Amino acid sequence: MPGHSHLPAEPGTWSPIVVVVAVLALAYLAAAVRAGTGPHGWPRGRTAAWLLGCAVAAVALSPVLAGHDPRAHMARHLLLGMVAPLGLVLAAPVTLLLRVTEPATGRRIGRVLRARPVHVLVHPATAALLAVGGLYAVLLTPLAEATGGQVPHNALLLHYLAAGYLFTWSIAGPDPAPRRPGMTTRVLVLVLTVAAHSVLAKVLYARAPAGPDGEKARTAAQLMYYAGDLAELALAAALFATWYRRPARTCRPRGRTRRGRRRGGRQPEGQTAGYSRSRWFT
Amino acid sequence: MAVPSTQSGLRPSVLAAGLIGVAAMAAVDEVVFHQILGWHHFYDRATQVVGLLSDGLLHAAELVALTGGFFWFADLRRRGALVPFAAWGGFLLGAGVFQLFDGLVDHKVLRVHQIRYGVDLLPYDLAWNIAAALLLLAGALVTWRAARRGGG
Repeated sequence: MPGHSHLPAEPGTWSPIVVVVAVLALAYLAAAVRAGTGPHGWPRGRTAAWLLGCAVAAVALSPVLAGHDPRAHMARHLLLGMVAPLGLVLAAPVTLLLRVTEPATGRRIGRVLRARPVHVLVHPATAALLAVGGLYAVLLTPLAEATGGQVPHNALLLHYLAAGYLFTWSIAGPDPAPRRPGMTTRVLVLVLTVAAHSVLAKVLYARAPAGPDGEKARTAAQLMYYAGDLAELALAAALFATWYRRPARTCRPRGRTRRGRRRGGRQPEGQTAGYSRSRWFT
Repeated sequence: MAVPSTQSGLRPSVLAAGLIGVAAMAAVDEVVFHQILGWHHFYDRATQVVGLLSDGLLHAAELVALTGGFFWFADLRRRGALVPFAAWGGFLLGAGVFQLFDGLVDHKVLRVHQIRYGVDLLPYDLAWNIAAALLLLAGALVTWRAARRGGG
């Protein structure tokens, strides 16, 4: 990259995680084709969401955003930790896996998801702590310098992606999540997480030194604040959409059978926790 | 057919639109005063830690309330339970509550930021809080009339 040629680390190398992302994209595509096309097949929107998520992750991991510029690092955090997970989670990969594998494999997946450590890990509060706590540790402590090497840096990027996925899934994921807490807890955790994210952005802005380096850091902080907002807005919309599309029996319209029946017909597509639980985990 | 749903929809109509009102006023504050007029800033050096925290929580609540409020509103509408007049009352109430909170708690108690810098603040503070009180009053009036209409 011409603009980054003076930077010491990783000039123009593709992170090995990109290969993993490509494999994941192809695997999902293969499974979606196996699940079938047409009106009763796997929804195309979900496939598109997965491919978009993979593409965003690949861009974030590509040499385009490599280097030690704080603005580039912030863009990577935003893309890997917030934007890509939204696409990947809304693609419902676990549901797709359950659909294309044998019932025995499905039961095994169900057992894993019902395991106690998984419940703790997938609780919104744990996931939020991993995602935002990690961000505080990286951006406010000397840990950031420790990630200068290639291996710890890749580990950090992987953490952004994994923690972001976990958090997005715990808040608004269509995939089965046994014992996921109700709407109130999820909204509360979301508000606290958004607050923690925006406070961190302002703290970074306030701590930036004077001079051109500080100017870059301030731009990065504002990017975190405003672009983070957009991603959080999308996540909030995904969360409330799961509530809006809850099964028809809990929100039967008064005297509007025609619309009610139409919505009732769409029910199998309704991606609520209740639906997931009743289908796979009773 | 419409009467029972109107009565049961009064409270949620006020609350859903109230959420939107709170969040909309917060968004107006951010967009107009922070970004267009630039009267107060993204961050000013005088802000205390508690102010920063309160600002962050308020901002987060605004974002989630705006989204949640619209989904709630849409849900009431599709169920035929929305009472538009009551919703307007709730919207005005919400906007007034936020304006007054921002004007008294944020500006004066926590001192997160002031309305404008380098000027005599008193007329700005008065205009801000009187506008808030008027919004609240109008909201209360509209909500009260909607409740009477629905109940009578």
